[in-house]
Amino acid sequence: MAILDSAQPRKREKNLLKRFLAGPLPWITPMLVLIFGIVLWPVYEMVRTSTLDIGGSGAVRGSAGFANYLELFENPNLAGAVSRTFFWVISVVAITIFISLFLAQLLNAKFPGRRFVRYALIVPWAASVIMTATSFRWMLDGYYGIINRILLDLGFISEPIEWLGNADTSFPWLIIVAVFVSLPFTTFVILAGLQTIPNEVYEAARVDGSSSRKTYFSITLPLLRNSLFIASVINLINVFNQFPIIWVMTGGGPGYTTDTTTTLMYKLAFRSQDIGVSASLSVVNFAIVLIFVLIYIRASGFGRKED
Amino acid sequence: MAILQSKPETREGNRRKAVRAQNGKTAVLTVTGFAVAFMFLLPYIRMMLTAVTPADEVYQIPADYIPSSFEWQNFITVWESAPIMQYLINTLIIAGAATIIVLLVSVPAAYYLARFRFRTRNLVLLLVLATQMFAPTSMVIGIYREMMTLGLVNTYLALILVNAGFYLAFSVWILSGFFASIPYEVEEAAMIDGCSKLSVLWRITLPLSLPGLVTAIIFTFITAWNEFVVALTLTSSPDIRPLTVGITNFIGLYEVQWHYVFATSLIAIVPVVVLFIAIEKWLVSGLTAGSIK
Repeated sequence: MAILDSAQPRKREKNLLKRFLAGPLPWITPMLVLIFGIVLWPVYEMVRTSTLDIGGSGAVRGSAGFANYLELFENPNLAGAVSRTFFWVISVVAITIFISLFLAQLLNAKFPGRRFVRYALIVPWAASVIMTATSFRWMLDGYYGIINRILLDLGFISEPIEWLGNADTSFPWLIIVAVFVSLPFTTFVILAGLQTIPNEVYEAARVDGSSSRKTYFSITLPLLRNSLFIASVINLINVFNQFPIIWVMTGGGPGYTTDTTTTLMYKLAFRSQDIGVSASLSVVNFAIVLIFVLIYIRASGFGRKED
Repeated sequence: MAILQSKPETREGNRRKAVRAQNGKTAVLTVTGFAVAFMFLLPYIRMMLTAVTPADEVYQIPADYIPSSFEWQNFITVWESAPIMQYLINTLIIAGAATIIVLLVSVPAAYYLARFRFRTRNLVLLLVLATQMFAPTSMVIGIYREMMTLGLVNTYLALILVNAGFYLAFSVWILSGFFASIPYEVEEAAMIDGCSKLSVLWRITLPLSLPGLVTAIIFTFITAWNEFVVALTLTSSPDIRPLTVGITNFIGLYEVQWHYVFATSLIAIVPVVVLFIAIEKWLVSGLTAGSIK
């Protein structure tokens, strides 16, 4: 009897173990640990740090309440950085989408060497943005840069220009480089969208005597709506978070004249040693990214499924 | 009669015109295509030319289009003049370890998410999607504070974990897509033969999903290879600094040796581009999968 009694719980334990192993936990727990530990914990740390009074050495001196936020809003460089960030994100994404529509159309057409063009387009996507931006910085150098040489030879400028020396000339170049590195991904997303449009749709349009321009605007573009939306939201997030280009080419300078809120956040923490104020700006930044993420999630159908 | 006869003629003429128009169109497309390709390669062509420029010609005013001679030697001397080897080893360690962790974590998760429905499945998918969208850049202060708390600032482990955590999602989407495309009957047959769920995954499902696995490995590796902001924030010693941060350190010096900077850049870029081209077909689906699920 005693033997039977002791065997009973062990059997149940075994069943439990079996059920546990058959369930989702052993399969997805490692992933959840990584997500919570690496992606979500920093969110908590960020919010907490924004309410702490932290000295230059990193030592916590106590709670700061909302003092960091108040100090942030009094920062003389914030207003400029915020309006510049708006301009930066909207212009880079809009120009990228516009050019990508052409590039996708080009890559969707048949011509000799198309494969080579596709591969060329992948290079800026695969290469580190740091290195691409470094090359642009070198090409834009006022004395030794090739871009001044080209523009001088073509007669567009009469004397060399120190492009990255002040914000009026450097910010447009930052936008160009950001567009340059965003084009490959965007083009490939739109191209994937183009390739899902069945050929019959175009044939039907041709039979109906629709001109190719009319076909593009009344058939192709509406059918690309989904791809365009995905590309836009992902680009909005990426461009908002774009750090390396600005960091390498101007460092946000001279002064703070080419900073976005992302580079300003970094400078506050690691140049001015204002970890608390920087954390409050990163909370604001993160909240903005979160809005884009929610739009994306909503559009992807998660919300509807759970209703 | 006259009308009937003229008809085939115009049809013939139309076809000829159409062929000519087609040829003209192809020519325009080809020229545009190569012009576009050239534009996209331009910064890298300049990189290449600078990398092989003789040292005394780098600071030429105005810049030359092409150097007077190609110093391929630069690619060799660069190894001796800077801690490139160390940076490269650091990058390999960080990207390699992050890739291994991503695989170990995402293969079982992707498999379960693709095969089984459970109550919190949607919530888990949502978390994965969120990880993909939260870039480490906007959270770098939080990451820094977390690693301070854990005492991991300036360690490989911190960089490995952050890369693994943030670049996990792509792998989950790609793999679960591949796993879901394998008919369940194939696995069932193996299970009837006495295989456990784990050995089915190992012996049947994974080999059948090889392209997905390769894509996940390459993508994770490259993203970690190119990572910059977290490495910039969390490393203070050259001993663990990856190449991306190392390069910007060259530029901080008072006289930049651009030919070395770009020789190093090319060493970092070329293998990555080749790998990326190999997985091109799957990239878009992995990066946008969350929105289609």
